Amino acid sequence: MSLRRPAKDQPESFEFNASSLEAANVIVAKYPEGKQQSAVMALLYIAQKQNNNWIPLAAMKYIAKFLDMPYIKVYEVATFYTMYNLAPVGKYFVQVCTTTPCMIRGANKLVEACKERISENEFELSHDKTCSWMEVECLGACVNAPMMQINDDYYEDLDKQKTLDILDKILNGETPKPGSYRGRVNNEPENNRKTLMDLKNA
Amino acid sequence: MLKDQDRIFQNLYNDKGSDVSSSQERGDWVNTKEITNKGRDWIINEIKESQLRGRGGAGFPTGLKWSFAPKEVGSRPHYLVINGDESEPGTCKDRDILRFEPHKLIEGCLIASYAVQAHVCYIYIRGEYFVDGQKLQAAIDEAYEKKLLGKNAAGTGWDLDIYIHYGAGAYICGEETALLESLEGKKGQPRLKPPFPALIGLYGCPTIINNVETIAVVPTILRRGAKWFASLGREKNTGTKIFCISGNVNNPCNVEEEMSIPLKELIEVHAGGVIGGWENLQAVIPGGSSMPLIPKERCETLKMDFDACVEEKSGLGTAGIVVINKDQDIIKCMARIARFYKHESCGQCTPCREGSGWMWRMLERMAKGDATKDEVDMLGDVTNQIAGHTICAFGEGSSWPVQGLLRHFKKEIEKRNNLDPIVQKKKNIPYLVDQHLLDKKNA
Repeated sequence: MSLRRPAKDQPESFEFNASSLEAANVIVAKYPEGKQQSAVMALLYIAQKQNNNWIPLAAMKYIAKFLDMPYIKVYEVATFYTMYNLAPVGKYFVQVCTTTPCMIRGANKLVEACKERISENEFELSHDKTCSWMEVECLGACVNAPMMQINDDYYEDLDKQKTLDILDKILNGETPKPGSYRGRVNNEPENNRKTLMDLKNA
Repeated sequence: MLKDQDRIFQNLYNDKGSDVSSSQERGDWVNTKEITNKGRDWIINEIKESQLRGRGGAGFPTGLKWSFAPKEVGSRPHYLVINGDESEPGTCKDRDILRFEPHKLIEGCLIASYAVQAHVCYIYIRGEYFVDGQKLQAAIDEAYEKKLLGKNAAGTGWDLDIYIHYGAGAYICGEETALLESLEGKKGQPRLKPPFPALIGLYGCPTIINNVETIAVVPTILRRGAKWFASLGREKNTGTKIFCISGNVNNPCNVEEEMSIPLKELIEVHAGGVIGGWENLQAVIPGGSSMPLIPKERCETLKMDFDACVEEKSGLGTAGIVVINKDQDIIKCMARIARFYKHESCGQCTPCREGSGWMWRMLERMAKGDATKDEVDMLGDVTNQIAGHTICAFGEGSSWPVQGLLRHFKKEIEKRNNLDPIVQKKKNIPYLVDQHLLDKKNA
């Protein structure tokens, strides 16, 4: 299990803004009547998006009221799932996959790059407070290893230099292009494709 | 090599686009109505005859699973849930189906929902695949627009609504009952079975849960016939499968191939060979991280299907092949996998919660050569204390890779770790936590 604690400094209150409220209502409608608790995961995600990439306790209380469920149940969910950030992580949240398939293709170089450019330790904000990084478990893009995720986007087929370039861009406030950084097309074997060639050449 | 016309996922590499019209060119949605007109029993029987086994890891026969759904809908509605919580290290096949072949999945959902009499289908996608989930959502929206979903979906007379539910980074939610808990808005902690979800599942209603790939191959099987599907591969291990080949190979890739294809052919032909040549191969994890590794000499002849992998005391699992060459430290690789399981244990059962961390700490020390002689056997003991003593299969999943390491690389561990045991003589120390150490002969 992973140990997760809420941040010490918490805002007093939280409320959905108009667009979050609209999105939340769409989600609640997906589930049968009386089963609105199912929406809690999606609502926490919306709250996280609205609140600069992290979820304060006030948001959990707000969602508990919104879905008519006990606050502790929301707290349980928010602390169980690792994608909910319980403390500020900055505008750009970098997650480097270091599980075995990425590890054996050099994920530690990506970690080095993060240490050089962002901060010495995981979960630590960069100097300008816009960015932080962490090591995560398998992100499910193993044939594109090593890779990392920045907010919602995947950056694949990386090495140290390419990672440094990407990090420089986000530290300058730019959003680099997601996808493969070796110019490969999706998950096909690079320069070695032997299947479905008629479709490729068509 | 499988003939191109026998490949189900023609758009695996997104050569043609994933919208409705290009999917229709590939044969999706063409005669959905004719298929459902043949009736539920015909569909379930055809899937049984095709011998399709679940693609999510356990390999349970799909037709059999569907037949567990109650024949008549009682007071409780039926649900179909699609498991797209693909988190097994080494596996990334469902992602390509979600983003490039969404209509195969959606059509499969319609046919499967019809077969198990569900009017609502939830697709559970791991939270990290948010962008790919958006692509699936776009495909679902398009399907609604073209009247392929909703009331009288695709003219079949069956009403179906499909909703996407995102996870939030918990591996355990790939376990079917944990997935249901998560879908109900709770912590993803597995339920005791029985009752099985087919009778008491989501919201206490009958629920059929299938993997993304399983459902996505269903329409093609029904179109081309169970006989065609069963003619590929071998008895009880039929059809095609998307293999994900990652790790130390020259061209890591996803490729759809026939079941029972030799592992060596997959690696040499499709993935461009092992880095440093076949001789440089150390071991292969054949089916995602929870399957025990297979050393090089057994890889020469291994056929990739469910039963052949079991014969090697491993498993096909999700067919996520991780190739490890001799440049890697095998103990370190397994220690990292143990760390993964330590991080992902849901904490419900004590053997798994405590044992997964214990295995990780021991393996980390063993990788550095800081462990004592007797700890090698102790590690084996710990794995046996976990496997089979937990609510869900996570216990097996976390201890099998370690058992595989001990089975094939015990000498390597012993060579590196030859410190004497900490407790030399038999002493009665009441406050010593590891009292059982003293009972051993060599202690």
